[in-house]
Amino acid sequence: MTNLAPTPVSQPVLLRMEGIYKSFPGVQALSDAKFELDYGEVNALVGENGAGKSTLMKILGGIYHKDTGHIFLEGKEVEISNPHMAQRLGISIIHQELNLMPHLTVAQNIFIGREPRAKIPFVVDDKTTNQEAERLFKMLNLRLDPTIKVADLTVAKQQMVEIAKALSFNAKILVMDEPTAALTETEIDELFSIIRQLRQKGVGVVHISHRLEELKQISDRVTVMRDGKYIDSLLTKDAPIDQIISLMVGRTIYETSPELPEKPNQEVVLEVRNLNHGRVLRQVNFSLKKGEILGFAGLVGAGRTEVARAIFGADPFDSGEVYIKGEKVHIASPGDAVAHGIGYLSEDRKRYGLALGMDVKENIAMAAMKKFLNAFGWMNFKKATVRGQEMVEALNIKTPSLEQQVKFLSGGNQQKVVIGKWLTADTDILIFDEPTRGIDVGAKSEIYKLLNDLAHQGKSIIMISSELPEILRMSHRVVVMCEGRVTGILNASEATQESIMKFATMRE
Amino acid sequence: MKNQPKTAQGLFRSDAMQRIMAFGALIVLFVGFSVASPYFRTFDNYVGILLATAVNGVLALGVTFVIVTGGIDLSVGTVLTFSAVMTGVFITNMKFPVGIGILIGILAGGLAGLVNGLLISRMKIPPFIATLGMLYATKGLSLVTSELKPIYFNDTPIFREMAMGSVIGAIIPGLDIPNAVFILFGAAIIANLILTRTILGRYTFALGSNEEATRLSGVNVAAWKTAVYTLCGLFSGLGGVLMASRLNSAQPALGAGYELDAIAAVVIGGTSLSGGEGSILGTIIGAFIISTLTNGLRILSVPQEWQMVVTGGIVILAVFLDILRRRR
Repeated sequence: MTNLAPTPVSQPVLLRMEGIYKSFPGVQALSDAKFELDYGEVNALVGENGAGKSTLMKILGGIYHKDTGHIFLEGKEVEISNPHMAQRLGISIIHQELNLMPHLTVAQNIFIGREPRAKIPFVVDDKTTNQEAERLFKMLNLRLDPTIKVADLTVAKQQMVEIAKALSFNAKILVMDEPTAALTETEIDELFSIIRQLRQKGVGVVHISHRLEELKQISDRVTVMRDGKYIDSLLTKDAPIDQIISLMVGRTIYETSPELPEKPNQEVVLEVRNLNHGRVLRQVNFSLKKGEILGFAGLVGAGRTEVARAIFGADPFDSGEVYIKGEKVHIASPGDAVAHGIGYLSEDRKRYGLALGMDVKENIAMAAMKKFLNAFGWMNFKKATVRGQEMVEALNIKTPSLEQQVKFLSGGNQQKVVIGKWLTADTDILIFDEPTRGIDVGAKSEIYKLLNDLAHQGKSIIMISSELPEILRMSHRVVVMCEGRVTGILNASEATQESIMKFATMRE
Repeated sequence: MKNQPKTAQGLFRSDAMQRIMAFGALIVLFVGFSVASPYFRTFDNYVGILLATAVNGVLALGVTFVIVTGGIDLSVGTVLTFSAVMTGVFITNMKFPVGIGILIGILAGGLAGLVNGLLISRMKIPPFIATLGMLYATKGLSLVTSELKPIYFNDTPIFREMAMGSVIGAIIPGLDIPNAVFILFGAAIIANLILTRTILGRYTFALGSNEEATRLSGVNVAAWKTAVYTLCGLFSGLGGVLMASRLNSAQPALGAGYELDAIAAVVIGGTSLSGGEGSILGTIIGAFIISTLTNGLRILSVPQEWQMVVTGGIVILAVFLDILRRRR
C-alpha cells in the first residue's frame, strides 16, 4: 500500500493547486478550486459534467491559463505557460479527446516534438525511434507495433499509444482524463497494473473518471468538485460510493418539478425500436408521447446526441426502426425528418442552428422556405415579415428589428430564434440538445417556460441535458443512457439526482 | 506484424494505391500516345516532355509540402516570375556573377515564402487569402522591377546552359537530355529526403494530421509552419531560375496560372487536400501525367482549349477516385 500518512512539514507534497479561478466568456468555470496530490498517490478527481475537472487539469497542463491562483510543484510555486513547459516540469496529461496524429506511426506519435536525431542535422533517426518505442512497450507490458500507422489502430489501442506517450516523459505527475472510456475489461486491468507500477515509483496520478466503481479499485483518495469549486477530499477506503455521489450532486436548490405542465396524454407520437450504430448506439428503445417533455440524461459521450442525430437523419445508423404516430418511417436526411415533423435544435446553435450573418426573419423562415416563396421562386418578404413579427411576439425575442443579424443577439434570444424557426416549419416533435447551454440564468427560465408552453400546446419534446437539475425540473419522464445503451427510463416521481447518476454510470 | 493490406479491398484503400493508379495512368497515356502517333514516339519528343515537366515539377515539389500540412499556396506561379525577374535584374542589369544571380533568385522565392508563412502562422490569415495576396503582390513587383519588359541574358550565355545545356550529352554523345531534367530529379530527391527523413518532414505530416495535437505535444507549430511555406518559396525560386534559363529571359508577364498546374500535379499524385498524406513520388508522377497529356494531345492536333478541358477532367477524376478509395 502507499504511504498515506500526513507528510511531514519538511517534505512538501508533490502538487498543490489553490485558489484557482478561471472564467470563459459567459461562464465562471472555476472559482476557488483546490487540488492536492502526493507522491505515489492515485487521486481520483470526480464531479458532474461541467464541474470543472478538465478545466482544472488543462490549467495544470499549460493549455489554459488561470485567471488567478497558485500552483506549487514540490513546494515551489510555478507558472505553467504552455504545454511544453508542463512536459518539462514532469506533468503529462492524457486528454479526453484523443490527441494523436493519425497519419503518423505509433513510434512517431510517441516521440513527436523530441524525435531522436541522427548525426546529420535535422535528420530524424527512425530506427532509434522505433527501438525506443519498443523498449517503452516492453517496460509497460504493452503489445503494440511501433511502425504501424495510428489511423489503422482500434480506439483502445490508440488510447494505449496515448498512455505510452504520456509515460515516456518520465512524468512525475500523470493526469488521465477518462482513460478507460474506450477500453475493454482486460485493457482496463492492464492499465491499472501500469498505474500501480507507477505508484510504486512515486509518480502521482490524477484519475478523472465517471466510473465510480473503478475508483474503489485504483484510487487512494477521492477529490470531489462541483460547479467549479472544491467540495471535499476523502480517503477512498472511507468513502462509500453513495456518499461520493451525494457530494457530487450536492445541491438541493431545485425542488423536483414544480413547474411541470399537466400530464401528457397517452398517444405515442414517436417510437424508436432497437436503434444500433456501431459501438455508439446499442439497442436503443424509447417512446415519446404527445405533449410530453422527455428528458435525456447521461454523461458526456453516453450517446444522447447520437440518438437525436440518428432520428433526425443527420447521421446514418446500422439498424433500427422509427415510428411516427404508429407509422414506420424511413428518414435518410434532415429534409426527410422535417417533412415528418421533426425539428432538431443543436447544442451548437452557432454552428448548426443559425445562419449568423442573416437576419431574424430570414432565420425564422429558413426551415420552411417553401411557404414564403411565390410561384417564381422569389421570397415573399412581406409574408416572412408578418411571420417573423408573430414569432418575435409569441416567443418574446428581444431584437431591435426583424432585420437584425442574429449574430448580434444574446444566446437566449438566438435560441428563441431557432425555436421560432422550427415552429414556423410546423414540427410537432422538437429535439432540444442542451437548450440552455451558454444562456444566462434569467433567459434560462424563459426557455423553460417556453418548453412548458410548447408541451402544453401539444408539441412533443425531447430534451437532452447534462444539467441534472434542469432534467428534474422539466421532464415528465427521464431516459438515462450510458455507453450507448438506455439503462433506465424513470417517471418524474422516481427521478432524483442519485437515481439518475446510478443509471448513468451503470456499465456493462 | 507488418501492416500489409490483406484483402483486395484493403489494397484498394491503401495509401500506395493512389500512386500505383497514377503511375498506371501515366504508363497507359504513354503507351497510348506512342501507338497513336509516330511523332509522339521520338526521342526528341520524349526529351521535350521531360523538359516541359521540369519547371512545373519543381513548383509542385514545394506545393506538396504545403498541401500535406493541410494548407495551400496560390502564389507559387507569380513567385516564380518574381524570382526569374530578380535573377535577370542581378545578372543582366546589375552585372552580378551568374552564380550570385541564381542564388538571389532562389532566395527571393524563399523570402516570399517566409512572408507567406509569417502571415499564416503569426497573423492567423487563412493560407488561401495570404497566398492570394502574395500572388498579386509578386505579380506587381515583377512588373515594377522589370519595368514591364523582358530581361534577356544575352551577355551571359552560360546562364542558358544551366537548364538547356546537357552535361550528360557531353559525356555520352547522342543522349542530349537537358540539365533542367536532372535538376528536377535532383530537387525531387532532396525534397523526398526532407519529407521522409527530417524533422521538418515529420512535422509537415504532423501538422496536416492534427495540428492541435501537435501543438499540445510541445511542438512550436508556428515556426515549423513558417518553415514549410519558406521551403515552398525556395522551390518556387528554383523554378523561376530554371524558367529564366530555359527561355534565356525573365518574362515579367509569364507565370500566373502555373500555381494551378502545380496544385493539379500534387493532387493527381495522391496528396490529400485535407492534409496528412502525400508523397514526392506521387507529385512527380502527377507532373508527368500533365505534361504527357498536354504534349500528346497537341501532337494529335487536339486544340489547346480542349487540352484544358481534358486536364480539368483528369484532376476531378483523380480526386474522385481518391474519395472512393477512402469511403468506408
